[in-house]
Amino acid sequence: MELTPARHLDMLRSMIRIRLFEETAGKLMEAGKMPGFLHLYVGQEAVATGVCEALRVDDYISSTHRGHGHLVAKGGDLSRMMAELMGRAGGYCGGKGGSMHINDLKLGMLGANGIVGAGVPIAVGAGFRNKYLGTDQVSVAFFGDAATNIGAFHEAANMACALHLPVVFICEHNMYGEYTPTEKAMVIADIVDRAAGYGMPGVIVDGMDVLAVHEATLEAVARARRGDGPALVEAKTYRYYNHHGIQNLGLKYRPDAEVLAWKERDPIFSFEQRLLDGGIATRDEMDDVWAGVRATIETAIEFADSSPFPEPEALLTGVYTRSNS
Amino acid sequence: MSDRTISYVNAFTEAIQLEMEADPDVFIAGEDVGAHGGVFHTFDGIQARFGERRAVDTPISEQAIIGLGIGAALTGLRPIVDLMFMDFVLVAADQIANQAAKLKYMFGGNAKLPLTITTTGGAGLSAAAQHSQSLEAMFCHIPGLMIVYPSNAHDVKGLMAACIREDNPTLMVLHKRMLGQKGIVPEGRYQLPLGVANVARQGSDVTVVSWGKMVNDSLAAADQLAAEGTSCEVVDLRTLSPLDIDTVVTSVRKTNRVIVAHEAVRFGGFGAEVAAQIQEYAFDYLDAPVGRIAAPFTPIPFTPALENIYLPDANKIAAGIRETLARPLLAT
Repeated sequence: MELTPARHLDMLRSMIRIRLFEETAGKLMEAGKMPGFLHLYVGQEAVATGVCEALRVDDYISSTHRGHGHLVAKGGDLSRMMAELMGRAGGYCGGKGGSMHINDLKLGMLGANGIVGAGVPIAVGAGFRNKYLGTDQVSVAFFGDAATNIGAFHEAANMACALHLPVVFICEHNMYGEYTPTEKAMVIADIVDRAAGYGMPGVIVDGMDVLAVHEATLEAVARARRGDGPALVEAKTYRYYNHHGIQNLGLKYRPDAEVLAWKERDPIFSFEQRLLDGGIATRDEMDDVWAGVRATIETAIEFADSSPFPEPEALLTGVYTRSNS
Repeated sequence: MSDRTISYVNAFTEAIQLEMEADPDVFIAGEDVGAHGGVFHTFDGIQARFGERRAVDTPISEQAIIGLGIGAALTGLRPIVDLMFMDFVLVAADQIANQAAKLKYMFGGNAKLPLTITTTGGAGLSAAAQHSQSLEAMFCHIPGLMIVYPSNAHDVKGLMAACIREDNPTLMVLHKRMLGQKGIVPEGRYQLPLGVANVARQGSDVTVVSWGKMVNDSLAAADQLAAEGTSCEVVDLRTLSPLDIDTVVTSVRKTNRVIVAHEAVRFGGFGAEVAAQIQEYAFDYLDAPVGRIAAPFTPIPFTPALENIYLPDANKIAAGIRETLARPLLAT
């Protein structure tokens, strides 16, 4: 299906929203305004965007510790996200979850997750629900290459296939599990090889190419929607920053030249070039997108800054739900 | 609505069937729960009645079983997921303790997790160290979970129904050696409130606090002591978390002496929490230290020759009560 120029600009906007949100968050952290851990998604924007643009608002996603991009791409509110990262009452979780637990159940975003691989079984549960109720919704599990070395991933992948559930597995292969190169943690180069072990199709895509990710996801999602079961999409991508925080060069565990080489293939700038070359969008139109997102980010910072910290009594609320039916 | 005598396990199954009849969002999933009906027949006949869609055999994948329940509960269903043996709960510990228990809080209260996890605990079947444990204390330590351990057929039906209707994740523990125990159980649906203890026997000289199978052993001990002229009050906690400490304290204020009896290892056991709260809330009423009858600090042995020594029972509880009663009051 041919995408309209407007849809191309939507994808560009989504990627820019992720990039600017993340870089702003990183700067706020450096300025001491953001407590805790910050796992930035910069570099991987084409994956979340390409995938979520293939989903409906009522489809579910589960996410990872590097989860801001997934929520942004699913339609998350940047103001409430920024407030959450700053521990404010106006944040998505009232300041009680932070970066690693950000979520929006109304958007079907079932949560970032502080435990590697742990979101995958939860996505399978949402997929079970879809099949159980006979809806045509799908459920997407985002996870990294390193998560495929943990038991929860294997259990969940096998169960989704055994129960024939509408689940799409999206592996963001960003070359590193925290501070260790993936090649030291597994002897296979492609995660997609693991899909065959569970009897589902798998495909490798260029994770720096939003249209390639989108196209592959559309196919996997269509398959799941029509009841043909799970599939795995492996997106080869790269995170520009450190596992945590905003340092990008001079890291002991990866060469600077590698970072610079991946940045040459930047998902946003390369997409802009394609839009220009294809006559799909003008420089002015794209500059307007950047300006619009910058304004949204300014609003988000103001919202977060002016949002109060939670009251002390919030400490003990929400441990249990009080609305039994 | 008439009462009949049925077994603990049948009462459990009946609660599930009635809730499944009443609510199409309730389903069961777990290892062997379908055609086989569960290794202890806890789910007998459910698949035959409700079909494979609502009684789902899963792979042997404890983390994914709980994850399936969490994802389904977060998105509006009311799952019952089974872990067969309580020892296997540890295989799924992340999904239970880090995910199910905490999602609501981490999400700022914006989530509902009506998830029931069922399992069987307890020793006495020569099932050795990995199929016999009573691990309730570990999960009572996790905020966000509710831990339920019924002691009789009537309670198991009402408490299981309450777990299914509960909007928070519950861990329902059945004791393997009670499955065949008969009791008078009403027909039809009913619930017992979670977090409310039951005074299973009224008494005036000493209180025994217990849960699960040990309530039965405590009642047997109380019978023994009645013959010796001692009047024991037995408090069945029913739910360990949330803990109904008020009922315990009320009893202790009356009897002034108390022991806690549980099947789990004594060191770090839930009895320690009960004892600590008794001294916090009823210290001035105590005429003796809070006693504890529990298992020794060792894995559970296989051979009956050792397992019988390991297990707390009515005789050990009775001995503990006598010891507590024998302690003289300090001179004033």
